[in-house]
Amino acid sequence: MAIRRGRGVAAVNYPTGMNLGGDPSQALVHSTPTGNFMVTLSSVDLGQGLKQVMAQICAETIGVPTERVIIDTADTDTGPHCMGTFASRGTHRIGNAIIQAAREARHVMLEVAAEALEVNATDLDTDGEGNIHVKGAPQRSISIFDTALTAHFKLGLSISGRGMFLVPRSYPETETGAMKPSTCYAHACTVADVEVDDETGEVTVTSVKNVFEIGRALNPRMVEQQLVGGSWMGISHALYETTEPYYPSREHGGTDFNEYLTPGPGDLAETETIVLERPATDGPYGAKGPGEMAANPQIPAIANAIFDAVGVRVDTLPITPERILRALKQQRAAH
Amino acid sequence: MKLAKDYFADERADGLHEIGRGLPRADLPGHVTGKTKYFADRSIPGMLHLKMVRSPHHHARIRGIDTSEAEKHPGVVKILTARDVPHNVYTILILIQIGPEDEQVLAEDKVRWKGEAVVAVVADSERAANEAAAKVKVDYEVLPAVFDMDEALKPGAPVVNEYHGQNYYLYDSGECRKVRFGDVEAGFAEADFILEETYRSSPIEHAPAETTGCVVVPEGNDRFTCYTNTQAMFFTLDNTSIILQMPGHQLHLVGGTVGGGFGGKVDVIVEPIAILAAKLTGRPVSFVYSRYEEMQISSPRAAEKIVIKDGVTKDGRLVARKVTGYTDAGAYSRHSPYGAQKGAAHYPGPYTVPNVWIDTYCVYTNRTPSSAMRGFGVTIADFALEVQMDKLARLIAMDPLEFRFINAYRDGDMKAHRQVTEGAALIECMQEASRAASWPVAKRFYDMSSRGEG
Amino acid sequence: MPKVPVQFALNGEEKAEFVESGTSLLTLLRDKIGDTSPKGGCHQGTCGACSVIIDGELKLSCLVLAETCGNASVQTTGGLAADGVLHPLQRAFLDHFAAQCGFCTPGMIMAAKALLDRNPDPTREDVVEAISGNICRCTGYEPIIQAVMAAAQGNSQRVA
Repeated sequence: MAIRRGRGVAAVNYPTGMNLGGDPSQALVHSTPTGNFMVTLSSVDLGQGLKQVMAQICAETIGVPTERVIIDTADTDTGPHCMGTFASRGTHRIGNAIIQAAREARHVMLEVAAEALEVNATDLDTDGEGNIHVKGAPQRSISIFDTALTAHFKLGLSISGRGMFLVPRSYPETETGAMKPSTCYAHACTVADVEVDDETGEVTVTSVKNVFEIGRALNPRMVEQQLVGGSWMGISHALYETTEPYYPSREHGGTDFNEYLTPGPGDLAETETIVLERPATDGPYGAKGPGEMAANPQIPAIANAIFDAVGVRVDTLPITPERILRALKQQRAAH
Repeated sequence: MKLAKDYFADERADGLHEIGRGLPRADLPGHVTGKTKYFADRSIPGMLHLKMVRSPHHHARIRGIDTSEAEKHPGVVKILTARDVPHNVYTILILIQIGPEDEQVLAEDKVRWKGEAVVAVVADSERAANEAAAKVKVDYEVLPAVFDMDEALKPGAPVVNEYHGQNYYLYDSGECRKVRFGDVEAGFAEADFILEETYRSSPIEHAPAETTGCVVVPEGNDRFTCYTNTQAMFFTLDNTSIILQMPGHQLHLVGGTVGGGFGGKVDVIVEPIAILAAKLTGRPVSFVYSRYEEMQISSPRAAEKIVIKDGVTKDGRLVARKVTGYTDAGAYSRHSPYGAQKGAAHYPGPYTVPNVWIDTYCVYTNRTPSSAMRGFGVTIADFALEVQMDKLARLIAMDPLEFRFINAYRDGDMKAHRQVTEGAALIECMQEASRAASWPVAKRFYDMSSRGEG
Repeated sequence: MPKVPVQFALNGEEKAEFVESGTSLLTLLRDKIGDTSPKGGCHQGTCGACSVIIDGELKLSCLVLAETCGNASVQTTGGLAADGVLHPLQRAFLDHFAAQCGFCTPGMIMAAKALLDRNPDPTREDVVEAISGNICRCTGYEPIIQAVMAAAQGNSQRVA
């Protein structure tokens, strides 16, 4: 009886957005009289930080600092339709809608600045800090604050934009299955190290090294949040979680956090996170949706590591100590 | 976290101002001070509380419902049964033409899973609602139930859901979603080894910190404001409109700040009945799942059974893959017909396989309806596929990582569902993982590229 | 239902309320007083989202009867920032991105504060132990542990 070590690998991909498309999202953008920008949505932030990343996307597109963008969501009286926050679609779909709306708003903003500076709008650029200037002549500039005032009170123009993004729905061909499930895919590879106690069947995940390719890390700190939290959930799925531990029996299901098991703060694997960026041609600034994928590669990597450690396969999730012990018992009986 | 910027550097535009910066999250100051407002963080005078009477049986006919004792309980304001719900039988995805309507808001003649909602009790306190719910008498005739997908698909099995007529979802392609690519039998004939394995999973709960719920306030003008933690505002609004036969303009949903979802708050369960209760009482109504309800009543991730048969050559090429996937929808569709067919496109994995045959079934059983969860249609598939890849590598005595490099898809490769691969990056993820984990592979694999070079 | 008077200090401010016997402190705080920083994640003492500090001790307010809080001193995360200045723990949670959905955060901060109040120089194991009654489903806990360690070390720097 001993602690036995093993290592496993798994590689996966993940489609961005609702399967087969047909899932629109809209965004409206408008400027206040002093050049702050309101983005109106009916999109839901589940905690992943949708509001923050949408503000950054809008700010980048208009050319203002992020703090000058306010995200107003989700009120069905004011926010235009959004299909919802699921299927790793938020950043991709809503981000694209915001880019379209913000481009339209930026266009009007530059037209207003052009009139004030008596130049062509095509000769203007933003400095990202709240000013618009003539390309190559930064001294000829107007603040966005003044531009918005001009638009509102002199020209009577609305600095605003409408955006909508829809991946057209694909209908699978019935006999061949020809279809377009997604436009872009994120990728991941995990190497997991485990220790298995062959007496108790207990598994300790000592380390996971996760490599994720996510198109573009729009806010790397928030990407890290999702990838680290997702990896934890993957480990949890692999070893702990189920509402019906003896499925298909409906008995013995956990009804609270004492009975429904997940790894606690004392059960964490050493986690390394590495991000690659291959921008998606149709992603907002290249971004794909990694939120769901984050929890996937750890599960098979751990299963493979357990086999590497003790030479038994548990092909049923979750891989509980009971299942490992039963497999070990069978293995011994066979020898 | 490390950003490995060397990969695909030529495909990225730099010089961005706001994108790529780890700016502080604007919502975190609210989180750390407790000021962030979730749907339940508002106190509304005169609010009523809704509690459900639920089925204790997996499958039973309802012979009668007696609410007379419950109605007399102090504090009870209203008791709702199926008769009160204008369009009681619904299905969420009818909005995108995925029918038939197959689920009852409140059970009419039958219950099909243990925990199904039968009667809604509305009272002026949670305690009164719970006490009165215990006094509702439902006369059941217990029926045979089926819990196992294999059993459910056998001829003569009890029919779980008459709206489907059989224990599987009927797609336009028949009893399953199909993918056929190349000639899978010819592929097996060409293979040096064939491996057929079965993988299974049990249901998994999202277990968000905040349970599913809503608070409804009648505005006095025939409009109803519903504070909700739904993941999809208009999914909820439009389905509520159908269920209550209430014009959409009477509905006003406010949300967007949710205490964790993971797919568990995409179903439309609490809002329609709470809005109905608010309409019929003229008072604000709160319907919030208890922790027990969140864990055992709310939809879990489906249990799955996945049979994979692969043909592989001695030199490590995957030449044929046949997959049959089964998704246990429980008693009602919810999002399962959608999730089950998501696997059809996914099952070849991120690999290029010349001969593919895939069937994915959505199966009905007498258990808690399953629905969307993080990785819907993919997470369990990836478990099965990647354990299978490990077994195949060992079968041909090849390093598992090198075996994946050999089969990894690259730009330009045709996928089984007839889309040309673009933007692939699996090879580079594996190269970086190999380096990070000190898991060496042959030099030629470090020279490979998803762009087809090397 | 008979009502019971209860008088206590909430974040240093005197409160006097009449509650129905059997009301939890969580319900009193949220529904009557309007401090919604403690969250009701389970109402049965298994998630920690409702954690508060009563007379220096960490308590699950969903399991504490309001009527037993007479003359107590109750602290919540809602009252932690003094004059709009964040407490070092709150600052550290921000800097370490130690929250996603935020629902567990106020309870988590109370658990951490109860630890730091009695042990200003905790080990990682002390921190793990202190927050082990608080469920987080988003973060994987590591950023929270890092934040609490940083707050303890007083080295919480604003991250650029």
